[in-house]
Amino acid sequence: MNLEKVFFAFFTILALTLNFGFFVGDLDNPAHHNAYELFAALVVSLIATIMKFGDRAHIGALLLATSLVADLQLITAAIIWGYTVNVMGAELTPHIISSIVSLSGGAFLANLISVLLLVVETVTFRR
Amino acid sequence: MHNVVYLILRRMRLPLIIVIITYAISVLGLVLIPGVDDQGNPWRMGFFHAVYFVSFLGSTIGLGEIPYAFTDAQRMWTTLVIYAAVVSWLYAIGSILTLIQDHGFRRVLAFNAFARRVRGFQEPFFIVCGYGDAGSWLVREFTERGIACVVIDTDQQNILNLEVEDLPATVPGLHADATDSASLLAAGLKHPRCRGVIGLTGSDHHNLSIAITSKLLAPDVTVFCQSESRDAAANMNSFGTDHIIDPFDIFAARFAMMFHSPSMYLVYEWMTAVHNAPLTELKSPPAGTWILCGFGRFGKAVREYLSREGIKTRLIEADIDATQAPEGTIVGRGTEASTLLEAEVKEVCGVIAGTDNDANNLSILITARDLNPRLFTVARQNQRDKDAIFKAAKIDLIMQPSSIAAQQILGLILAPLLEDFLRLANEQDEEWANVLVSRVAGVVEEVAPEIWDLEISPLYTPSVFDCLIQREDVMLKDISADPRDRTLSLPCVPLLLKRDGISSLLPAPEVRLRGGDRLLFCGRKDAHRHMDHVVHDHQALEYTRTGIDRPTGTVWRWLTSSRDA
Repeated sequence: MNLEKVFFAFFTILALTLNFGFFVGDLDNPAHHNAYELFAALVVSLIATIMKFGDRAHIGALLLATSLVADLQLITAAIIWGYTVNVMGAELTPHIISSIVSLSGGAFLANLISVLLLVVETVTFRR
Repeated sequence: MHNVVYLILRRMRLPLIIVIITYAISVLGLVLIPGVDDQGNPWRMGFFHAVYFVSFLGSTIGLGEIPYAFTDAQRMWTTLVIYAAVVSWLYAIGSILTLIQDHGFRRVLAFNAFARRVRGFQEPFFIVCGYGDAGSWLVREFTERGIACVVIDTDQQNILNLEVEDLPATVPGLHADATDSASLLAAGLKHPRCRGVIGLTGSDHHNLSIAITSKLLAPDVTVFCQSESRDAAANMNSFGTDHIIDPFDIFAARFAMMFHSPSMYLVYEWMTAVHNAPLTELKSPPAGTWILCGFGRFGKAVREYLSREGIKTRLIEADIDATQAPEGTIVGRGTEASTLLEAEVKEVCGVIAGTDNDANNLSILITARDLNPRLFTVARQNQRDKDAIFKAAKIDLIMQPSSIAAQQILGLILAPLLEDFLRLANEQDEEWANVLVSRVAGVVEEVAPEIWDLEISPLYTPSVFDCLIQREDVMLKDISADPRDRTLSLPCVPLLLKRDGISSLLPAPEVRLRGGDRLLFCGRKDAHRHMDHVVHDHQALEYTRTGIDRPTGTVWRWLTSSRDA
């Protein structure tokens, strides 16, 4: 068993599950979407991205790309949240929270592809 | 092709993950720890403020406790964050710095820079493998003649020498193993402008693998390899190596030639001499019994050629078993008077010091000369940096394997017909060589003649070719006439004419040239320049052919034509 592979799969799947945890719930209900979960999803997603650095195989490049997409979406969601609450000083309206959650939904898709690729790679791996 | 970006990303993985985790824990702690606002009400820091605070804290800017003064619990956490953030940053920056100084990383950078420069080559170039004595000499000659080349050497010191060497053109050098196909490919083996690969690594085995790699990956590229043994040469030959150069064999053949046809020896010496080298004078060695010290590859070649000339050699060799020396060989190094006396040094006419140790070779000759001052001395000089002492020892004939190999390769590259010429010349008799030597001596002054090739083609000789298309005759004497005064001929000697695959020696001046003819000349440098002018300039050729100096301007041409009419 390769410890590096364990960490790699762990972070990739954790990014997906945390992302899902934030995403699930009513789209426009702020009570269903926790800021800590978004934070955790973002941090784990960043770590998963860095884990994928420096892999020269084609599938490695694809994995890195999906991770970068997820990061981009989650960072955008976090910025919208922070801007609304801190800069505009407004409450999280259903309109705002729904756009944050749908962004994280996009990140969720990207993370899902990432995990699928990981599974494909594992299945095709022969020794 | 190594990718530097991937290398950096791969090395930065762990440091970056540590930085992110540190930041995440710090932010989370600040968000979770309860605080109070300026009114004393319970207050919690949001993610936005926490990220802002940790960002300036981590980069050690420290703008203070914002937005409200911290509680003691928050301060305690902040203290931890300060150390954790600084340490993780130091680790990340330290990793980048280590990577930049890393030997492997620098090699990758140098490799990429080298490959990039070679890819950008627009002119034809040669790959020189091995920048030792022979390689450095060859590279200098190349650059002085405006031929581009690149160097691969396994020794970092040699590549540094190349960088500090004061060459007329910059030569990219790579510290790599030339037997590795990746480094040969980076050096441009498959580059459309690559003209040849030259193996001068000093090891037969390495040269052989260079020849194999080159011939398999780029069959059209000419390969020149130095080889010092028959086995390696045969092996290289089986892989289609175009030119195999054995300096010991070349020297032994020339040395034997000095006995039976001194003029032929001079022809060979002059035709393969160094750029601007002084003309060598003929020293004919006495035919009698010789002492040969060292029965290695050099000694074997010399003995074989001398025995064909009917010259007897007395062998001195320290290791009789390893070299398989014949019966009657005197055991010893030859540096001591007793061994030399045993070989009857007072009776013989010459001594050849042919061991692979320069100091021993010098010592042999000096000891021998003390015993018998009339000796003809021949030394093998293995390393070029001993030039000064060998010169000071006043030895009659010095053999340098590296310069023989390099000269031979240079001759083959500068004038591909030279090989044909030398082969044909060898079949001629001494009288023929005598005539040629006096002809060449008549046109050159003090320095060795320059050798050049000429091909009658639209690219190399446009003016001659145009005349031939118009069905006008161009004779050899037309292009070798002086374009300033056609009654004089240029100081050069036509050596060879190759037509339809048949080579003929010393073509007559009245030979009519044909398209596709290839000619070999030797002569003074300025003769080469003038000839180049004649074969490119229609007017100059017209003058040397007919003696008529036609006007070039339209008005003048019109004036003269109306007057003629």
